[in-house]
Amino acid sequence: MKSLKITALFFLILNCAPKQDKLEVYDFQGIEQFLYFNDSKTYVINFWATWCAPCIKELPFFEQIQDEYKDEIEAILISLDFPSQYETKLKPFLKEKQLKSKVIVLDDVDMNSWIPKIDSKWDGAIPVTLIYNKEKRQFYPQSFTYNQLVTEVKKFIN
Amino acid sequence: MKKINLFLLTTFFATTLLSAQSGYDIGATATDFKLENIDGTFVSLSDFEQAKGFIVVFTCNTCPYAVAYEDRIEALNKMYATKGYPVIAIMPNNIEIKPGDSLDAMKRRAKEKGFTFPYLIDREQTIFPQYGATKTPHVYILEKSNDANVVRYIGAIDDNYKDANAVEVKYVEEAVNALLAKNPVSVTKTRAIGCSIKI
Repeated sequence: MKSLKITALFFLILNCAPKQDKLEVYDFQGIEQFLYFNDSKTYVINFWATWCAPCIKELPFFEQIQDEYKDEIEAILISLDFPSQYETKLKPFLKEKQLKSKVIVLDDVDMNSWIPKIDSKWDGAIPVTLIYNKEKRQFYPQSFTYNQLVTEVKKFIN
Repeated sequence: MKKINLFLLTTFFATTLLSAQSGYDIGATATDFKLENIDGTFVSLSDFEQAKGFIVVFTCNTCPYAVAYEDRIEALNKMYATKGYPVIAIMPNNIEIKPGDSLDAMKRRAKEKGFTFPYLIDREQTIFPQYGATKTPHVYILEKSNDANVVRYIGAIDDNYKDANAVEVKYVEEAVNALLAKNPVSVTKTRAIGCSIKI
């Protein structure tokens, strides 16, 4: 009986501990739910990867803007890292940076079919960002400075 | 008269600028170039007198997608150079931002991987914007027609960057096979994630 309890405890710990480390990985169908929320918030969706230098440079701006406009904005960072680098690159990066934004991972090789569904103008280069709320959406195939990001976001929340 | 000329000139430059920004579409005539190869020579499309066309690949050493496709790019050259469609690889990145893409680094990588195709550097970064390449890897298949090189396909190499064995559609092979058979290319444009070209 005691050993059962210990085993139960052991599994409880095992179950809790790795949870923070666990990546939320989706195919495109799974990702779509994050692209069409219909509530009062404005969503800033950024596509990035740890190997993309300009992406890493602008990540803090998404953190910052979410912090600044807490009640109005939610940033979601969609990583396009390779599955072979989840353990070696992505997880250590997330652990080091302790990002406050929600990070999800897109793993879907059939890019030619899902890229145009995000925006018809997107040819696949990253970083790109999508800003949307229930009224409008705009796609940005570019990098942002913080000021540029604020300017664009204000068009959605004012 | 002078005014009209000025107007025409302005329109001309504005149009040129616009087309340079958006790059080529299918059916456009692609520019030739003279770019330095990893062997120190300068390479132009016009050097390939026997070619029926070209598989122009904007690629580099440092992008993981480009790296994932290195062996497949080499395989394309082995398969199609003798049939008249050699691979011409062009490295478009600013090497001050990406030192790992310097000509020396390109030479080393080509040697390690045994590349048999020209691996050129767009040092002045003037060629890739004309094509409209935005990322690596980014493929343009050109067909020689009279003296012009006509764009017949723009996009990805195939539909699975992760696993060459799990590929379902080999876009570039299908396009080149169609051109060799004198058939129209059925899928002329595809998209894939890639690393933005560093300017």
